[in-house]
Amino acid sequence: MGDWKAITVPLLSSGSKNIFPYTSERKRSPTSMNSQVLRLSLPSPKNMYNFFGAFCTEENLEQSISYIDRELTTMGFPSIYAEPKGKELNLVCIINCMNELLVLQHKNLRAQEEVEIQHLKLGSDMDHLQNCYAKLKVQKLQNIISSRATQYNHDMKRKEREYNKLRERLHQLVMNKKDKKLAMEVLNYVGRADGKRGAWRTDKTEARNEEEMYKVLLSDYEQRQKQLLLENAELKKVLQQMKKDIISLLPPQKQKPKERSEDGLVLSDQEEDIGELNKENMWELSCETVREQLTNSIRKQWRMLKNHVEKLDNQVSRGHSGAWNEKDVISREDHELETGKLELEIQQCKEMIKTQQQLLQQQLTCDDDTTLLLQDCYLLEERERLQEEWRLFREQKKNFEKERKSFTEAAIRLGLERKAFEEDRGAWLKHQFLSMTADCKPENTTASAFLRSSDPDIRLVKSASRQRRLPSVLSPAVSPEPFQISQYIAQNSVASEKPAADNMPNLWVEGDDKEETEECTKSWEDSGVGPLFRNLHMEQLP
Amino acid sequence: PWFLEVFKARILPQLSPVLSPQASCIQHRLVVRDASSLQILQLYTCLDQIQYIEWSSDSLFILCAMYKRGIVQVWSLEQPDWHCKIDEGSAGLVASCWSPDGRHILNTTEFHLRITVWSLCTKSVSYIKYPKACQQGMAFTKDGRYMAVAERRDCKDFISIFVCNNWQLLRHFDTETQDLFGIEWAPNGCVLAAWDTCLEYKVLLYSLDGRLLSSYRAYEWPLGVKGIAWSPSSQFLAIGSFDEKVRILNHVTWKKITEFDHPATISSKKTIVYKEVEKSPTVDTERLTFPPTRALASSLFSTQSKYDISQVPVSLQYIKPVADRANPKVGVGMLAFSADNCFLATKNDNIPNAVWIWDIRKLKLSVVLEQLCTIQAFQWDPCQPRLAVCTGSSRVYLWSPAGCVVVQVPGEGDFQITSISWHCSGDSMLLLSKENFCVCYLEREEVK
Repeated sequence: MGDWKAITVPLLSSGSKNIFPYTSERKRSPTSMNSQVLRLSLPSPKNMYNFFGAFCTEENLEQSISYIDRELTTMGFPSIYAEPKGKELNLVCIINCMNELLVLQHKNLRAQEEVEIQHLKLGSDMDHLQNCYAKLKVQKLQNIISSRATQYNHDMKRKEREYNKLRERLHQLVMNKKDKKLAMEVLNYVGRADGKRGAWRTDKTEARNEEEMYKVLLSDYEQRQKQLLLENAELKKVLQQMKKDIISLLPPQKQKPKERSEDGLVLSDQEEDIGELNKENMWELSCETVREQLTNSIRKQWRMLKNHVEKLDNQVSRGHSGAWNEKDVISREDHELETGKLELEIQQCKEMIKTQQQLLQQQLTCDDDTTLLLQDCYLLEERERLQEEWRLFREQKKNFEKERKSFTEAAIRLGLERKAFEEDRGAWLKHQFLSMTADCKPENTTASAFLRSSDPDIRLVKSASRQRRLPSVLSPAVSPEPFQISQYIAQNSVASEKPAADNMPNLWVEGDDKEETEECTKSWEDSGVGPLFRNLHMEQLP
Repeated sequence: PWFLEVFKARILPQLSPVLSPQASCIQHRLVVRDASSLQILQLYTCLDQIQYIEWSSDSLFILCAMYKRGIVQVWSLEQPDWHCKIDEGSAGLVASCWSPDGRHILNTTEFHLRITVWSLCTKSVSYIKYPKACQQGMAFTKDGRYMAVAERRDCKDFISIFVCNNWQLLRHFDTETQDLFGIEWAPNGCVLAAWDTCLEYKVLLYSLDGRLLSSYRAYEWPLGVKGIAWSPSSQFLAIGSFDEKVRILNHVTWKKITEFDHPATISSKKTIVYKEVEKSPTVDTERLTFPPTRALASSLFSTQSKYDISQVPVSLQYIKPVADRANPKVGVGMLAFSADNCFLATKNDNIPNAVWIWDIRKLKLSVVLEQLCTIQAFQWDPCQPRLAVCTGSSRVYLWSPAGCVVVQVPGEGDFQITSISWHCSGDSMLLLSKENFCVCYLEREEVK
């Protein structure tokens, strides 16, 4: 393949007939083409173009062909010339050679692939082996260390024993060689720090020591247990609190028909737990089962909370991701519709609010003038109405007045007529009496009776006389006889009433005629028509 | 806070557990001062160079231990004429301490042959055999009633519990440890934590009566427990380990409730990181005189520093541990709970400049203090949530939830603070360097 260098490499002409997909490579410089020619490995597509362009051109066609033929023959292929020394090419042969070369190329590629795979495998094996080797090395070293350690320990023990022997020996010598002088010189012995005297060492003291020691240990354990109890109680409280919080956080259980029983149970469990553990005193809850209950219930609640949170998370993520699921698409449409509806609603509400606000504003903060006007309008209306009513009322009042006047006149007339009648009656009675007395005088008793009774009569007479005066005044008003009778009746009634009415104010009897009539009219006016009519009515009864 | 003069002292001065006096020693002399005025109250002379002093619980006596001579001398504050000398003779002395009642002295002889209990009240002497030579082999309960001693016989670990009253053995049981490293009582006096050597991660919890309550093991092979701390309420046990983590166990189930990691990069936005930065001293050029006064010279050359708040994420200075050395500087070696149970301060040894403060109520990292130098020590105020940190510089750093502040020790020369000791009232603290000490008084804010 070294012959590559020998070929002159012509410049690429723009008019070359080489058609390749890598048209961009035409811009390459000649120097780069030179360098690429020297490459011995499989040329890259870029180089391929240059090779193709560089090797054979129209000028060196003959040379290229002969070169190719040479190379092929040296490789073992048949010659591409049709005849050994001719210039014609055997096309079939050429095609065959090309095919062979392609097959060879494929084979080479496959071989290369295999080689690469092998290479990788070997590499990984190598790493593995190295690791193993390192581990082995470590183990080996560890073994060495352990063996050395045991050896060392053994040696140490030996040396120690020897040393101990020496020490014993020395100790013996030292103890034997008792110094003459006292080991301890002291001026005077000092009292104990706590003031007590030293105690002899006896079995009793030993027992007491033991006791003391156990006391110390026990008190330490007790203290620790107290602390732990306190801590436990605190933690339990915290757990309870947490449980309550978790339960409150969880949404109310969905009442699925299948799970209803489960949920029901769960709920009842919760309630039971809460009830139980809240009722009882914390300090007493130290038994295993109760503790387990608490922790189990907390775990349950926590799991439920976790599931709930996970569900929420999933919902949120689904909403965010917008997966290409039909269900989701529809739901999004729905969602959008909903949002549209809601927005409309909101708009409407806003508008309503605005109008309401405006109205309210008008009501509250409109001008004083307009309010006054308005108020005036209302007042005017009212006033007019009232005035109407007043008018009506006044009219009615007038009518009533008229009627009353007529009635009073009628009453006065009646009264006058009555007087006249009474007078006439009185006169008639007098006449009668006179005629009767003229007939029989001894009837004193009757006279007295009559006298007595004539008091009223005298009164009557008086009144009659009084009344006589009146007719002169009222005579025109007084009508003839029937009225006289009625007067008599009226007078009679008046007379009969009088003794009964003694208690009443004597206005009726003693007052002037005028007063009487005035009283009459007054009373008439005051009490209306009633009493006179009543009087008249009473007379008519019997 | 104001400081007073720096005093020369040879060894660990100690603030008395009960209020006032403060003792320090120079060479073979014991100096007792009043804690508020630092006025010398008493002066005692011992027989040899003093290596260790300790006040008794009622502040009436001081023991001075001279390990080289194997002698312990006890002095009385009430009666200066009183004296007491305990001579261990050829047994030698490696450690000495008071019993909680303040009337017994426990001497650990050389090679940990035995622990002798000397009584100041009676002539009796008790011996505890086979004590274990480990970092924390002896532990008293907070109320002083019981003492636990780690023992080792025939290559096996045991724990003995004694009643401090009469030194009677209460319980004796073996532990499932390879090499018991330390024991510590819970503040409630009912639980004893025991942990194994760093080659084996194992924490065992025993009840007062010797029952094994629980055993905790986080992992198997890497280096294990570096240190533990009980919370003051006994609710939590913090275990710091070589894997740069702190694991917290709870007292109810003795199971891990959380673990705190100490990475080199802090990325949580809720953590406040205070970084110590140097600030150049302001020199008033007008005040310069010639020759310069001592004060001026020291102020010029002493570096001042202050705290800045760093923006998260912050990457801290991380030191990769050297692999082939024993006791590597890795892991959480320092841990302490605050007095109110709210905070835990830790130090990860491969991030040596940082103090990590964890909020226990939230179980989260609250604050990180990034210093310029390696943290030497820190200690919580016994009364309030206030942490004092020292880094070997002449400054002490105070942190509280309200903020943090740098406190400079005034004075000439270097004062390299290596340890801190609070007074039980929380009003003052001792700052100790190799040869000197000073007392820092903290003003108490008046509640209006």
